[in-house]
Amino acid sequence: MAGGNPASTTEYIQHHLTNLVYGKLPAGYERTTEQGVEVLQADTWTMAHGGQEATDMGFWAIHVDSMIWSIGLGSLFCWMFLRADKKAHTGVPAGWLNFVEMIVEFIDGAVKDSFHGRNKMVAPLALTIFVWVFLMNLMDLLPVDLIPTLLMMAGVEYQKIVPSTDPNITLGMALGVFVLMLYYSFKIKGTGFVKELTMHPFNHWGFIPVNLFMETVGLLAKPFSLGLRLFGNMYAGEMIFILIATMFAAGAGAGFVSGGLHAELFGESTSGYFWLVIFLLVTGVCWLNLKGKVSTGKTVLLCMAFMAIGGGLFALGGGLMQWGWAVFHILVITLQAFIFMVLTVVYLSMAHEDH
Amino acid sequence: MNINLTLFGQMVTFAFFVWFCMKFVWPVIIESMEERQKKIADGLDAADRALRDLELAQNKATDQMKDAKQEAAGIIDQASKRAGQIVDEAKNQARVEGDRLKVAAEAEIEQEINRAKEELRASVAGLALAGAEKVLEASIDEKANRKLVDNLAAQL
Repeated sequence: MAGGNPASTTEYIQHHLTNLVYGKLPAGYERTTEQGVEVLQADTWTMAHGGQEATDMGFWAIHVDSMIWSIGLGSLFCWMFLRADKKAHTGVPAGWLNFVEMIVEFIDGAVKDSFHGRNKMVAPLALTIFVWVFLMNLMDLLPVDLIPTLLMMAGVEYQKIVPSTDPNITLGMALGVFVLMLYYSFKIKGTGFVKELTMHPFNHWGFIPVNLFMETVGLLAKPFSLGLRLFGNMYAGEMIFILIATMFAAGAGAGFVSGGLHAELFGESTSGYFWLVIFLLVTGVCWLNLKGKVSTGKTVLLCMAFMAIGGGLFALGGGLMQWGWAVFHILVITLQAFIFMVLTVVYLSMAHEDH
Repeated sequence: MNINLTLFGQMVTFAFFVWFCMKFVWPVIIESMEERQKKIADGLDAADRALRDLELAQNKATDQMKDAKQEAAGIIDQASKRAGQIVDEAKNQARVEGDRLKVAAEAEIEQEINRAKEELRASVAGLALAGAEKVLEASIDEKANRKLVDNLAAQL
């Protein structure tokens, strides 16, 4: 939770941008722990405490949170679609099967539009990319503090729940696509691919180095732009959620009825549990209203009262902004998933085109 | 923002999920969809065919109806003609029968008349004799006069 002062706000943001990293610290590394500075005697595989250690781990580290969420969401995708597979039949589709078929048909249409080669792998690849990236992006819509805070209570220090805000993830997928591009280019075009790299755009042997340079840059730009585009968009979106959240938390801390009450109860920093109680009270009242036990007028009054006590009117403002950005972000996450998919298909289509 | 092993971890994961999707997820759904597409196309074809069949059947039915109507009209014509004939025949028969009856009746009347005449004749002779007896108040030779009176009666 962030307080009002800039230092803790920065801390809050940095905390949100730090992955849970497991990796190798080199021998002789000076590790700052609660017991003081500890010098490692040998190479140590361990969880990083903080961003500095994660950086110092260099290449031999893995973002545990990104990997778990990405694998988890990939499995979720497989499970959801397998469930539809089990129900698949030729009669009138209903419910979940209908939805899955809609997606499959959409992907199939998009692939048929932009991919003209013959390859059984491209359509499933596109489906996987679209749904998987969409699910990864979708994690962005969960309240930024929800899962990190819950996991923090469970003892997990850092947690980034949106895998697509991790360049490793997006570039990993882009490199996967790149490998496929190279594979099919060689498979379909053979030496034609080499020719394409060396005799294009200037068809003269004297220009081979120039051509090779230009074409290689063009080739490498594809996966990098693919990965970085997704990463950039999602990172920026996540950043805005975090920034709104800092305003929201600061506003909540300065709730107008109860600034004094907070200070009385908690001193300098307000405990998160206080807001949790308020949150539960408000949602409880709303729930009772939905069940028909409390009239709507009373519900509004009670909610207003609770939120006034909790400083929640500012929070409500922050929440509305989060909501607004989330609504807008729905477009971004879908669009980015779609763009990643379409570009993959287009690149593979280019790899299949034999001149 | 560090590039590290995660990159390759993700590449492997990516490859696995794409393989999994290609092997287990995609074919089942796309096959069932294609099959359904075919089924629907067949169904539409069948519907078209059925529509055409229906049209044909309707045309046929209309033709048959027309034929039947014509036939019925013919039958009615014939029937009415036949009825006329029957009525005519009946009239003729009735007339003939009537004539016959009239003739018979006339003959009977004639007979009656003749018999009445005979009876009259028979009784006239007696009456005349009785009358004459009274007139003459004398006994007349019945035999002689009888002949006379019989002759008279015969002339009646």
